[in-house]
Amino acid sequence: MTIKIFVPIDSTALSLGANEVAVAISKEAQAKKLDIQIIRNSSRGLFWLETLVELETPQGRIGFGPINPSDVKSLFDADFINGGEHPLALGLVSEIDWLKKQERLTFARMGITEPTNIDQYMAHDGFQGLKNALNLKPEAIVETVTASGLRGRGGAAFPTGIKWKTVLDTQATQKYIVCNADEGDSGTYSDRMIMEGDPFVLIEGMIIAGLAVGATQGYIYLRSEYPHALKTLNEAIHQATKIDYLGEDILKSGKSFHLEVRRAAGAYICGEETSLLESLEGKRGLVRFKPPLPAIEGLFGKPTVVNNVVSLATVPIILAKGAKYYQDFGMGKSRGTLPIQLAGNLKRTGLVEKAFGITLRELLYDFGGGSLSGKPIKAVQVGGPLGAYLPESQFDTPLDYEKFSEIFAVLGHGGIVAFDETVNMAKMARYAFNFCAIESCGKCTPCRIGSTRGIEVIDHIMQGHDVNKHIALVRDLADTMLNGSLCALGGMTPFPVLSALNHFSKDFGVDAIDSKA
Amino acid sequence: MEDLVLNPQDYKIINQHILEYQSMPGALLPLLHAIQDDIGYVPELAYSLIAKALSLSVAEVHGVVTFYHHFRTHQPGRHILQVCRAESCQALGSDALEIHIKNKLGIEFHETTPDGAFTLEPIYCLGNCACSPSVMINEEVYGRVDNKKIDQLISDLKNAS
Repeated sequence: MTIKIFVPIDSTALSLGANEVAVAISKEAQAKKLDIQIIRNSSRGLFWLETLVELETPQGRIGFGPINPSDVKSLFDADFINGGEHPLALGLVSEIDWLKKQERLTFARMGITEPTNIDQYMAHDGFQGLKNALNLKPEAIVETVTASGLRGRGGAAFPTGIKWKTVLDTQATQKYIVCNADEGDSGTYSDRMIMEGDPFVLIEGMIIAGLAVGATQGYIYLRSEYPHALKTLNEAIHQATKIDYLGEDILKSGKSFHLEVRRAAGAYICGEETSLLESLEGKRGLVRFKPPLPAIEGLFGKPTVVNNVVSLATVPIILAKGAKYYQDFGMGKSRGTLPIQLAGNLKRTGLVEKAFGITLRELLYDFGGGSLSGKPIKAVQVGGPLGAYLPESQFDTPLDYEKFSEIFAVLGHGGIVAFDETVNMAKMARYAFNFCAIESCGKCTPCRIGSTRGIEVIDHIMQGHDVNKHIALVRDLADTMLNGSLCALGGMTPFPVLSALNHFSKDFGVDAIDSKA
Repeated sequence: MEDLVLNPQDYKIINQHILEYQSMPGALLPLLHAIQDDIGYVPELAYSLIAKALSLSVAEVHGVVTFYHHFRTHQPGRHILQVCRAESCQALGSDALEIHIKNKLGIEFHETTPDGAFTLEPIYCLGNCACSPSVMINEEVYGRVDNKKIDQLISDLKNAS
């Protein structure tokens, strides 16, 4: 009987040598004349265990990890295929505590299936949401998404259903669905995992969005830093088109939806929805004034839904299992689950999908296992480069959009980057201004000029020149950027800067900061 | 000295891509990508051809090419080494790694080694933040990179080319 061995094809696994592991397994098996089949699955998101090799057994899939190419020989020498003991054996993967404690809804198939195998997608509940949606009127699809409480997972947390309703209610000859896959926030990779690991769920979500608002054309605006996602998405679109899930007359419903991937070109600002639309139109990614909202005048002047990858990829399960099922997860106005990405200086990094309400402390210590370096965690940046730095005293904050907002922080796209005590927070504040200066589109003055002035003022502080005077200047500048910028880049750069200043004043050469943000 | 005209081979490639993309809505970025994928950069001498085909001004084409970090206007080295400078990588020592790489190659960001082997670029997040620090070499990402690992990668590429 052929033995099935799984080696992930996710680019983080590849970055640690998964291809070399697969080659080594194949060679060893050949040498030992074993009948094996290597399956390139998506990653479970337990990245600290990559390369995570799995073996199919009658009891379920057994894991071994982290496996380096040089460990492969020892696996075979231990006869791991027949239950031989090995120090890197992990037991049943589905029983690994880190995974078992999660609530995987959007990421239900992650690590289990082969990314571009459409039959496997269907065998694991794929396209159930679409089939339900095809029997519903557009208004009813929009109502289901609204009732689920789903909010934009890109970071802005705007209710997805309300956005869709605006597009549905706007009359036009052409409407568009645009997927924002310009995942530029540092510390985040959930979009990448979906596109590389379960691309059909995104495609299904986009088709449902098209049915809901009456759009027949979709674009996935994909960052150029994700070459593997590009290949996977194009292959998945090809597969779906071949069996009439995309294109004209989807499943003989008379409805059509076309989908195309467009590559971005390395501009962080193009993750801002209006800048993204400019870029899709072939222009410089300059932010547009709002109104008009993209939902009314978006791509090529037509009503356009712009949603993040995770938002769209969550739609299928909502349509498959109903709004209430999804709504029952979460707390307050933050309903459902959030795919949280643990990054930076942590022992056990990876993708944790949990209902809203889990605290930062649980994520950092129960899941993350504390810092990789073994030194105390000093600061944690949540929500990408425009997110606030949180000190240890705020680690008990539950993950909830409103609770974070109360402490002048954001959840953003769910990225969590931990720093140990060696970090200098004045340097991180300087970096935030510097990043803004590099990535500013240049349209509004607070962002374009403010970011560069910010670097200069922080330099004065770091050199000990007139520290109190320059701290007052930074606050004044932050106030101008916060209230005067056209979009979130200039408008939120003050979040990392002020949080660093307020919580880690010693790094700025002062004992305590009296004024509040 | 800069060339005054496109070489015939590049001219042919650029015109083929123009024909392929010019009727596509929002054609400019896909066209620039296609050109750069094939010849390694977007020659300034191509701007007028592109502008004419897409009914744009040369200034508009120039504006787009230079807005996006991804597009280059000069031929890069044989290998493109991009070092992530974002927060997660900083949390695990990318600043020191960056200095090590610059010293090793003897160049700064946006420069190419005199032998034409490496072009060094900064990049802000490769989505590999669970295994920082990361670099990308010719579109392949490497995670948990330390000085030893990057030295090995660089010497492997040198030996291969």
